[in-house]
Amino acid sequence: MAKGIWVFVEQSQGKIRKVSLELLSQAKILANEKGEELAAVILGQGIGSLAGEAAQYGADKVYLADDAKLAAYTTGAYTSVLAKLIRENEPNLVLFGNTAIGKDLAPRVATRAGVDVAIDCVGIESDAANFVNLTRPIYAGKAFAKVASPSARPIMATVRPNIFPLAEPAAREANVVTVPVSVDEADLRAILKDVISQAAGRVELTEANIIVSGGRGMKGPENYVMLEDLADVLGAAVGASRAAVDSGWKEHKFQVGQTGKTVSPTLYIACGISGAIQHLAGMGSSKVIVAINKDPEANIFAVADYGIVGDLFQVVPVLTEECKKLMA
Amino acid sequence: MNIVVLVKQVFDTEAKIVIGSDGKIDDSNVTLIMNPYDENAVEEGLLLKEKFGGEVIAVSVGTDKAQETLRTALAMGADRAVLVNDPAIQAASDEFAAAQALAKAVSGLNPDIILTGRVAIDYGSKISGRVAEALGIPHVNTVTKLEIDGSKAVASREVDGGSELIEVTLPAVFSAQKSLNNPRYPTVAGIMKAKKKELKTATLVDLGLDPAAVAGKLQILGFSLPPARKAGRKIDGEPAAAAAELAKLLRGEAKVI
Repeated sequence: MAKGIWVFVEQSQGKIRKVSLELLSQAKILANEKGEELAAVILGQGIGSLAGEAAQYGADKVYLADDAKLAAYTTGAYTSVLAKLIRENEPNLVLFGNTAIGKDLAPRVATRAGVDVAIDCVGIESDAANFVNLTRPIYAGKAFAKVASPSARPIMATVRPNIFPLAEPAAREANVVTVPVSVDEADLRAILKDVISQAAGRVELTEANIIVSGGRGMKGPENYVMLEDLADVLGAAVGASRAAVDSGWKEHKFQVGQTGKTVSPTLYIACGISGAIQHLAGMGSSKVIVAINKDPEANIFAVADYGIVGDLFQVVPVLTEECKKLMA
Repeated sequence: MNIVVLVKQVFDTEAKIVIGSDGKIDDSNVTLIMNPYDENAVEEGLLLKEKFGGEVIAVSVGTDKAQETLRTALAMGADRAVLVNDPAIQAASDEFAAAQALAKAVSGLNPDIILTGRVAIDYGSKISGRVAEALGIPHVNTVTKLEIDGSKAVASREVDGGSELIEVTLPAVFSAQKSLNNPRYPTVAGIMKAKKKELKTATLVDLGLDPAAVAGKLQILGFSLPPARKAGRKIDGEPAAAAAELAKLLRGEAKVI
């Protein structure tokens, strides 16, 4: 008999990622409604102290797999441990953040469990017959599909960051279960040789609350400094349109849109971006959109909550200064 | 070297999505293209062939229309193509089914290397890990650089906040990030040649797969469009004044900074 709702809690250098806390917060509401137990599953090394935080965000139980073999994420070792845990405990639902790790791990674990996984979900609703129905974007958010897994268990999904609000952490304790770690030989055929971290400080694009993004109107890579300045003041991430990336001004990993990243920040500031349909698909679910563009006919204005028709080279520096004053 | 590239036919990125009167996505007035990241996968396969020799085989799951996408891969330089076309997969319409079918088709080709795009831009599907798992071999996702040395490969992969170097034993599956390479355009000669290259179609039974084994796990209950956004307020005035007003509105009215 399948039971329980699980959240794969992603940690990096001893810190739980925000999207995992969002998932615990939302899964707690669902678990209460369903009368199910909520479990956090944490893999890593030296992660014992994270169980308490998972409990504060709603976990009734914490599965801790604490082992040197799990110190850094590798697909094989993490799949081995997680798939085994799922097989032994048969949860109803397993949720992952739609992060680089979640997107890598969930499809592999799902296939081993003989189920599918819905990617980048933006909605989870309780359903009497299907347990839950999931809403997943298709064509990067140009449309949505509601999907369900009527019989296969567990139901698995990766969930987009910034969709569910964080709960107030409560003083609670969870039942901590130590997971014995053994990795199948076959899962050791990929070896992590090196990790190259980029300069710290900038928040990851998909998890950012605020994104400052630049398009063709930026005119050249050197002008992104202006957006970096604004982003520094706002604690924001910097993004780019396909036009800017195709021009070689920014790396592809900064691209927002259907062939880049799909984002849902609280505030999206589009500078010199015309608003091609594939770009709008990638950021259309932002809560507040600001457009700064000298072309009054630009498509971006049709979706912007606030628009300034004007020269971004004059507008953005003043915006940066004004924000600095307001936020001081 | 046996190189297999998995490609998918998708709507063009400029396509508007329309839900038809039958509640399904209307594909009647849409330009179909090869999934953009799969172009990078094909390119990488061709580069490997140029370096190590061997054969590049393009494989897809789809309807008759998907032949066009396979012809594109052939025109770019792939040697032959296989289309898995079976109503049972269309009915299942989930990636579990597609991955099982692809894995079975691929296993018969004895690949050393399997390449595909890091994501399909339609359903956001991540087929690489599923196919690798079904084949029982390793995979590396979001690859920005790939080097082969005998029976080993070293791949750079993009992760949140940096990159990783991963060494795998072949055979293995790699999913291509955009920055892996610059896909070539098919030449006219390539397009002419592609017409004569082998493009085989296989059903599940041809592959030796029981349609029940690929029965979908996820069902689509329905489609919807995002709520239309309305144009908001235009802030007029001199650039400096407008910028100051905007900052105030973001703080006081929208409460987002």
